[in-house]
Amino acid sequence: MRLNTYDAGGFYDEMFDAAGNARPEARLLLESIGSLEEGQLQRCQQAAERILVQLGITFNVYGDSAGTERPFPFDLVPRIIRAEEWDWIERGLTQRIHALNAFIDDIYHKQRIIKDGVIPEEVVRSAASFRPQCVGLNPPKGVWCHITGTDLVRGGDGQIYVLEDNLRVPSGVSYMLENRDLMKRTFPQVFEGLQVRPVFEYPSFLLHTLESIAPPRATGKPVVVLLTPGIYNSAYFEHSYLAQKMGIPLVEGRDLVVEDDRVWMRTTKGLRRVDVIYRRIDDDFLDPEAFRPDSLLSVPGLLRAYKAGNVALANAPGNGVADDKVMYAYVPEMIRYYEDEDPIIPNVETYLCWRDTDRQHVLQNLHALVVKAANEAGGYGMLVGPHASVAERDAFKDKIQANPRNYIAQPTLALSRVPTLVGDHLEGRHVDLRPYILYGDDIRVVPGGLTRVALRKGSLVVNSSQGGGSKDTWVLSATPIAAGIAA
Amino acid sequence: MRTEPLPLLSRVADSVYWMGRYIERAENVARFIGVNLNLQLDLPLAPAHQWQPLIDTSGDAEIFRSRYGDATQARVIEYLAYDTENPNSIASCLRVARENARSIRETISSEMWTQVNAMYLQIQTQRSLPEPERLLDAFREIRMGCHLFQGIADATMSHNEAWHFLRLGRKLERADKTSRLLDVKYFMLLPSTSDIGTPYDDIHWSAVLKSVSGFEMYRKRFGRITPADVVDFLVMDQEFPRAVRYCIACASESLHAITGTPPGTFRYASEQLMGRLKAELDFASVETVIRGGLHEYLDGLQQKMNAIDDCLRDDFAVRTPRGATQALGQSGPGAA
Repeated sequence: MRLNTYDAGGFYDEMFDAAGNARPEARLLLESIGSLEEGQLQRCQQAAERILVQLGITFNVYGDSAGTERPFPFDLVPRIIRAEEWDWIERGLTQRIHALNAFIDDIYHKQRIIKDGVIPEEVVRSAASFRPQCVGLNPPKGVWCHITGTDLVRGGDGQIYVLEDNLRVPSGVSYMLENRDLMKRTFPQVFEGLQVRPVFEYPSFLLHTLESIAPPRATGKPVVVLLTPGIYNSAYFEHSYLAQKMGIPLVEGRDLVVEDDRVWMRTTKGLRRVDVIYRRIDDDFLDPEAFRPDSLLSVPGLLRAYKAGNVALANAPGNGVADDKVMYAYVPEMIRYYEDEDPIIPNVETYLCWRDTDRQHVLQNLHALVVKAANEAGGYGMLVGPHASVAERDAFKDKIQANPRNYIAQPTLALSRVPTLVGDHLEGRHVDLRPYILYGDDIRVVPGGLTRVALRKGSLVVNSSQGGGSKDTWVLSATPIAAGIAA
Repeated sequence: MRTEPLPLLSRVADSVYWMGRYIERAENVARFIGVNLNLQLDLPLAPAHQWQPLIDTSGDAEIFRSRYGDATQARVIEYLAYDTENPNSIASCLRVARENARSIRETISSEMWTQVNAMYLQIQTQRSLPEPERLLDAFREIRMGCHLFQGIADATMSHNEAWHFLRLGRKLERADKTSRLLDVKYFMLLPSTSDIGTPYDDIHWSAVLKSVSGFEMYRKRFGRITPADVVDFLVMDQEFPRAVRYCIACASESLHAITGTPPGTFRYASEQLMGRLKAELDFASVETVIRGGLHEYLDGLQQKMNAIDDCLRDDFAVRTPRGATQALGQSGPGAA
């Protein structure tokens, strides 16, 4: 396959430097892609797509007729991360999650950070994801965010930034694991000579994290379950996948019942105690007694049982308060406040529309900015200024003025690109990276993550609901590659 | 100390059971069609005699007539195999089996899921009737696909509570289908006693046996084909895997493995009914059955199996916490 026609297009490319030369960590991979016969990469790609359908690795599309499943598009060309860079990412994420957890615990207790004037009280009180029901709660071991999927991006300057902290119910880790399996199955020759760090331990780490927060019980192993909204949820594949890999029951709300402030599941032999729930349901739908009364997915009394310390929930309810896009702007301050350190991974510059000066700037520069609703995810409620029409921008101006607290804006980042198979050749496509961080007895980052790729030419939106796909993510080991294998 | 395995969620037990039933149902429909295609080559009859009985077996004669009219080969195959509005067509059975499998992927092995999904995708792409020369193969492939699923299940899944629910569903469905097939064929084949012993009779009874893959095994056991021996073989044989008695013995074994109740005793309504049915089959004689009317006997078997199915739902579902713990006398909020 010929690579000499590849054009980085003026963007930061993860595989080629500005002069068009292969970066050292990508050299071996590019050599083996370059040595492929014409059409061979496409054949591997087609084989991978067939396997996705055979294995039923799909996500459900909302707004489509119920139960429409689609495979999550996969691109065979991996994204590579150098060992030293990964070490830096790992340190940065560990620092950030530790500070965010301290912040959540502080907010639901003494609120020192507000009293010390670091974050305005108004910002916390107005956060849609702040849960008054959680004030005074003490989750096991003081951990509120057991599973986090932080979105990282690299800008045109080559710097990696944190774009979003997904603390509530982050998804996508199953694709990280399946993508690796798919690569090994369809394109094994490219692993040769490279020390790619494995990701397969994630389910074990996750189970370990969940078991570590179980309430103390007299005997036996804690009963851990995964709570799913059901087979029509967009992430259902992931729920069943993780339950299977951990060997734990996959339950729906109707399988659980709360009696005497304890949680039970309905089994063929009567009711059985549940100790830990890895819930993949948003706070609002957890318990109609405490949150939304109209939820059909929920378990009445769950929060009572949780408050009584009879069941552990991961993630802890209420932790979304730190995942609000306005709060995001304050994370560097949180890190300085709680950790007494400078942030390792920087934030993207963020304008808060509730501040008059910021709002004026945003309204005057909409054509150059990305505007996001403070409390939305999945690429919804978002305006990409440079790609929007005048009418779309005007509509957003009205929204911002009507509800300034709900909007933030950031410069449009020239996200880095990775070569991606388009037809019979490679073209650059924009990517982000979502590593997964586990927090139980300690903080652990699995070496890898989900690289999402905007498959549409020029698009910056990587979400699966908006035409995004994914790639395998290779974190290289620092161990030198044996000369014999490389030759 | 060794820990007890967690009992299955009631919802999961229900889904495994129905997955087992629907895959078996799909296999049986494929069998009936395959044998009729074969029979037609040996002994061509008017379509009304050749294909209508298949619709009658399913109990859908009226619906079929209103939607398709007269029973021709193409229409009957369309209805039984590919019609998604027919809840018992092969396509529908595989869709429901897959839907159930999807909701319990964490319980079954990945290999089982992949096989159900493959069968489902295969029949999805087969939108219209296969070419005549592909017809027999198409149904043979479905049958083999179902066999493959059972083999994968037996070889890759622990023979735990979930596996026993799967087997329970499969065996009950198989017993039901064997009895229905025999019922319809016996009724068809015995209108005039003058045919008994003629070559036509032989061909027909051979077809019945072949539709349950039982022709060769029957020969070894009985040799010559007589209606009474066929009934004996398909209902009361202790070793033939599609015989009603054999299936009920397996179903009973799985039920007791699920409950932990010693064989020969019962704690649940389903165990009581299953035990009675098993004893009835163990001590029945073919002469008595035929003298009392085979149709009535088979009809009774089917009703008893339906009653077991109803009881299973009640025995293993926990509806209200208090009531259920009292009814089952198992550990619950009060007990722990």
